[in-house]
Amino acid sequence: MRPLRTILPSLATAFAAQASDRFPKPDFEAAYQPPAEVWPGAGTALGEAIDVALLAAALGLAAHLALGRRSRRGIAVLSVVCLAYFGFWRRGCLCAVGAIQPVAEALFRGTELPLATAAIFLLPLIFALFFGRVFCAAVCPLGAIQDLVAWRPQRLSRWLASPLTLVPPIYLALALLLAGTGSAYVICRFDPFVPLFRLSGNLHGILAGICLLLLGVVLARPYCRFLCPYGVLLGWFSRFSWRHLTITPEECIRCRLCAESCPFDAILPPQPAAAPEPLPTAVRRLGRILVACPLIVLAGGWGFARAGIPLARLHSDTRLLEQIALEEAGMAVPSVESDAFRRSGRLPDELRQSVAGRRRALGRGGWWVGMAVGVVFAARLLGASVRRRRDGYEPDRLHCLSCGRCFRACPVEHARLRRKAATEE
Amino acid sequence: MAVCGATLAAARRGPARRTLWQIDPAACVQCGLCATSCVLPVSAVKCVHNFAMCGYCRLCFGYFEADAPALNAGAENQMCPTGAIQRRFVEDPYHEYTIREDLCIGCGRCVKGCTDFGNGSLYLQVRHDVCVHCEECAIATVCPTQAFRRVPADDPYLRKGAAGEGT
Repeated sequence: MRPLRTILPSLATAFAAQASDRFPKPDFEAAYQPPAEVWPGAGTALGEAIDVALLAAALGLAAHLALGRRSRRGIAVLSVVCLAYFGFWRRGCLCAVGAIQPVAEALFRGTELPLATAAIFLLPLIFALFFGRVFCAAVCPLGAIQDLVAWRPQRLSRWLASPLTLVPPIYLALALLLAGTGSAYVICRFDPFVPLFRLSGNLHGILAGICLLLLGVVLARPYCRFLCPYGVLLGWFSRFSWRHLTITPEECIRCRLCAESCPFDAILPPQPAAAPEPLPTAVRRLGRILVACPLIVLAGGWGFARAGIPLARLHSDTRLLEQIALEEAGMAVPSVESDAFRRSGRLPDELRQSVAGRRRALGRGGWWVGMAVGVVFAARLLGASVRRRRDGYEPDRLHCLSCGRCFRACPVEHARLRRKAATEE
Repeated sequence: MAVCGATLAAARRGPARRTLWQIDPAACVQCGLCATSCVLPVSAVKCVHNFAMCGYCRLCFGYFEADAPALNAGAENQMCPTGAIQRRFVEDPYHEYTIREDLCIGCGRCVKGCTDFGNGSLYLQVRHDVCVHCEECAIATVCPTQAFRRVPADDPYLRKGAAGEGT
């Protein structure tokens, strides 16, 4: 028998054009039935509706536990249940945090946005608008897994914490820019906990998840506070929420125990009304801020537009073009990707155009999202320069995760619970 | 508010159900990245077999290694690195080839052999009972021929030989 190797080249030339019907389907003499083809489905429309309904139910329960029942234990139990279901069972892919990206792509590139994805993205925001960040408290599996390991939370000094809270808006802007230009879904790609939920993934992802969890022992929920891009949106909605969790059920007695109990540093101390400033200093201060704001906005836009060049490499087309250029210059050997590209019949010019188009889109989009980040920073600056009067300790609505740890720290709450128990007896 | 409104407006244009990733067999060149790029330990991409296109060859280019020492089921002769193709004698000289999906890793070596030298009845598809449906498919981000695209969840396969789909 001749080895196949000697037959193959002649076969290849003989059958170069038509792929099918090189070997006509045989007429079987005996009765022969080919095995049935199986096409496993991907769940049903009903299944997706149930997913959305479960998310809504979990959010409703979380709001009830945080605002109505005022039960830290209930919130903790619900968060473990949600971690088990949305995290480990659904393997982290029913995710409002990641849903930012298909929404951004639909808004900026006009791609199709499935209703289920839109619902998963919007539900936590709508709940935040009514009840604060109850999604973070008990529903989000990424938060729940960090909440479980927050055993010895330490306070972060203000000069370190304040700049770190500027990172999430930058991450959000990057995610919007890269998803909006169809370059990459960075939130999913660099999600540190999904590899743990799936128990698979690349080594970097798993190590990042483990490191964040180890850090989370002493620094409570580091991803939520200093990275999470969805938390930025939730914070804005929560800032103007209709109702929000209150620390004390009645009047604050300013004992400071709640502020000590909050591992996230999200409780604002009482603040007397600002003493009236002499007019010349006030004018000078206002002038400085008014000069600084446009500069911050422009710097943001310029920075993001510049970042477009390295960011473009997140898309495989850019890397492929670089690889092909290196090969043409004789500085690299053909890779799997470049080899497949040559066999696919796509033209290098087509690739070049796609890469150039993406670079342009990243540059243009970079200006917009960068300036938006600048506006956010400028608003922070303005907010920091205004002193508002606060009579008691209050949750910082932007950063409060509605976890309910402060309930048990409040002596007024204990008095209320005792009274409630007495009346029930 | 504006975010909500714009999102709802975008959602009204789109389908009610989520869309899923699938491989267009016409664009696939079997580079092998499917086997290694999936987020799952064993890729959700599997080889599927369209029996209507198969020639039932005794000398199957998807089954046998190009330099196979002998044409029998010995492991050294097989193209498939995991032995996921089952070869069954039907009648002289025809043989039936079935894919054991629990063994298939989606490397596409058999698909390449069958597409280049045979009828092209073997092809790669994302199996949706295995796939975890990432919003951004990790394989799609590295696919050098852009063979991955989103398809409606109601009919999430691009079948070869079927009306209007694939080749």
